[in-house]
Amino acid sequence: MNKEYRFQHKHLLGMEQLSVEDILYVLSIARSFKEISARPIKKVPTLRGKTIINFFFEPSTRTRLSFEIAAKRMSADTFNISASTSSAQKGETLIDTARNLEAMSPDIIILRHPNSGSPLLLTQHVNAAIINAGDGTHEHPSQGLLDLMTVMEHKGRIEGLTIAIIGDITHSRVAHSDIIGFVRLGAQVRVAGPATFMPPGIESLGAQVCATAAQAVAGADVVMALRIQQERQHDPLIPSLREYARFYGVNRKLLELAKKDVLVMHPGPINRGVEMSPDVADGTGSVILDQVANGVAVRMALLYLVMGGEKGGDTQ
Amino acid sequence: MSEITILQNGRIIDPANKVDQRGDLWLRDGRVVAPESLVPEGARRFDLQGKWVVPGLIDMHVHLREPGEEYKETITSGARAAAAGGFTAVACMPNTKPVNDTAAVTRFILEQAVHASARVYPVGTISKGGGGTGLAEYGELKAAGVVAVSDDGQPVVDSQLMRRAMEYAASHGLLVISHSEEIALSRNGVMNEGQVSTRLGLRGIPCAAESIMVYRELALAELTGARVHIAHVSTGAATDLIRQAKKRGVRVTAETTPHYFTLTEEAVVGYNTNAKMNPPLRVEEDRQAIRVGLQDGTFDAIATDHAPHSVLEKQVEFDRAANGIIGLETSLPLTLALVRAGVISETRLVELMSTAPARILSVPGGSLAIGEVADVTVIDPERRFHFTEEGVVSQSKNSPFLGWQLQGKAVLTLLGGRITYNDLQD
Repeated sequence: MNKEYRFQHKHLLGMEQLSVEDILYVLSIARSFKEISARPIKKVPTLRGKTIINFFFEPSTRTRLSFEIAAKRMSADTFNISASTSSAQKGETLIDTARNLEAMSPDIIILRHPNSGSPLLLTQHVNAAIINAGDGTHEHPSQGLLDLMTVMEHKGRIEGLTIAIIGDITHSRVAHSDIIGFVRLGAQVRVAGPATFMPPGIESLGAQVCATAAQAVAGADVVMALRIQQERQHDPLIPSLREYARFYGVNRKLLELAKKDVLVMHPGPINRGVEMSPDVADGTGSVILDQVANGVAVRMALLYLVMGGEKGGDTQ
Repeated sequence: MSEITILQNGRIIDPANKVDQRGDLWLRDGRVVAPESLVPEGARRFDLQGKWVVPGLIDMHVHLREPGEEYKETITSGARAAAAGGFTAVACMPNTKPVNDTAAVTRFILEQAVHASARVYPVGTISKGGGGTGLAEYGELKAAGVVAVSDDGQPVVDSQLMRRAMEYAASHGLLVISHSEEIALSRNGVMNEGQVSTRLGLRGIPCAAESIMVYRELALAELTGARVHIAHVSTGAATDLIRQAKKRGVRVTAETTPHYFTLTEEAVVGYNTNAKMNPPLRVEEDRQAIRVGLQDGTFDAIATDHAPHSVLEKQVEFDRAANGIIGLETSLPLTLALVRAGVISETRLVELMSTAPARILSVPGGSLAIGEVADVTVIDPERRFHFTEEGVVSQSKNSPFLGWQLQGKAVLTLLGGRITYNDLQD
């Protein structure tokens, strides 16, 4: 890596903004931080005195907890606001809520929001660093980065690998961040699912659309299944979860088409028996829990980097 | 004592009378009159040095927000913006609060417009309350002063209602204006469906949502023999359908807007809520197809769909932002750009922005014939200006063209011989 390199981003809004160099740098920092979580005393003083707000407009257990643990292991002070406890319930606009938070001088706001583009809107109205923890059906960059880290850890590289992503690509912000990230690092990304789950122009992100799950999985190094949402009222995307499981569920038989050492991934939470059969989720090759562990390390790295990457916020 | 205005040395472009020549235009007591050999004392004279003199521009599709949303725009402020954009008349859509579905609301609008800087022609609703069921009272609306009916902002979902509306409106000599949208396909959509919506994670509206409904309106016009006007066409597919229908002799007229022939969906990138409107900005192929439609006569009129919204509706998450942009002050410069690009001629510009709208709505103006109303716009095709929020006359500032360098604008607007806007700098 170029010695002159510096991570220049104040906000992390999407994988889209990251260059190959940025991604590799984040992952290298994440790898060096991962060891902290294995210590008996899992805490470093790096972000002591920093205030981090977890601002979650959508229900989330895993991502919010992961960010909170990451922040606490870096000694930052963390606060959680969820949609039900925020003034959004009382009709306050996102910008007004953000400005009020801003008045309390947070250093980082981590935002999860149902509307795509909300983190960008926030950056236009507050001074805090903004990290996108999932916006609408747009991006979920920290998830994309932890997926890259997990594959890198097991395969030693990304370039030249074949990644199959199966499920509702249209409504998956994880898929969007993953496609951008894996393609940028030189992997071949295949997507599969019924056409109702394929967004128009997904090829423009570099993904190859496959007609069947079998085609996508054939010879793949990584198979990732996405969580299937319940059927939508006004937009019949699939007839039933049962039929979906039969044609697109990731099971043992499907995986036989992949490489012997295939990695099985899922961004969680899993609908066991729908997009993935239980034996696959728990079987050899499943790195689903590694994803969760790496999530903490990646988020520690991101918090550190958006704060300028200086060791110790208070080095006076 | 009579009041005389003489516009000297202008390039008079008046397609209704097949005129495009250097000359003087005389206006007396609110009418166009024949020039005389002697200039009467007290006449107001402007030496235009070749600037264009055209019949006052008419925008057949605006939202003035009054009654009900006066914080966005009023009839007075909207008419002032119209005058600044070179318009002498506007047709205002009925989706106010309350909606214009009764003579009382129509009369209120006309009363508010008495002293406004532009003629205001109210459009009534197609359906009762604009709710999509039952016909509004077209006879009474017409008697009170509406020039057309439309449920603009919403499509008429029920095909039988639309059929009856066309038939019944024809009996009262009213034009039906269609907001063509198949709502089942566009529901919850916030921008054009395609590569950009996928990249931004925004729900898309496919072109088919427009063309399906345009086809229905054409089929109903064919069935009933009634006239229909298709509002704000955004797609190449709908343009083709209208072109073919016209060839078959269907009584259809159509408008498009400057944003559809100027911008594409790329303007939405960065979640720019000032590029959010319905129908949405489409792709380059559509933009080109719209330009061809303007050139070959498929489109009769350019309208703005002027839709003022305050920051309350626009400075929010893209999904939650209101649809629509202001357009009265940028329509002429953006259309002049088409003339410079060789897409349309000067004469065609005047047809699209004045002659045809007057004819379609059966209202005065659109012509500089002797005896016509003295609604006149003087255009300086060379004048460059920077379009900024501070410079916007409309009460709302929601334009995707803020910050643009524009060329060509109205420099003098006369309504019945009275000056409603003067930006002549010499």
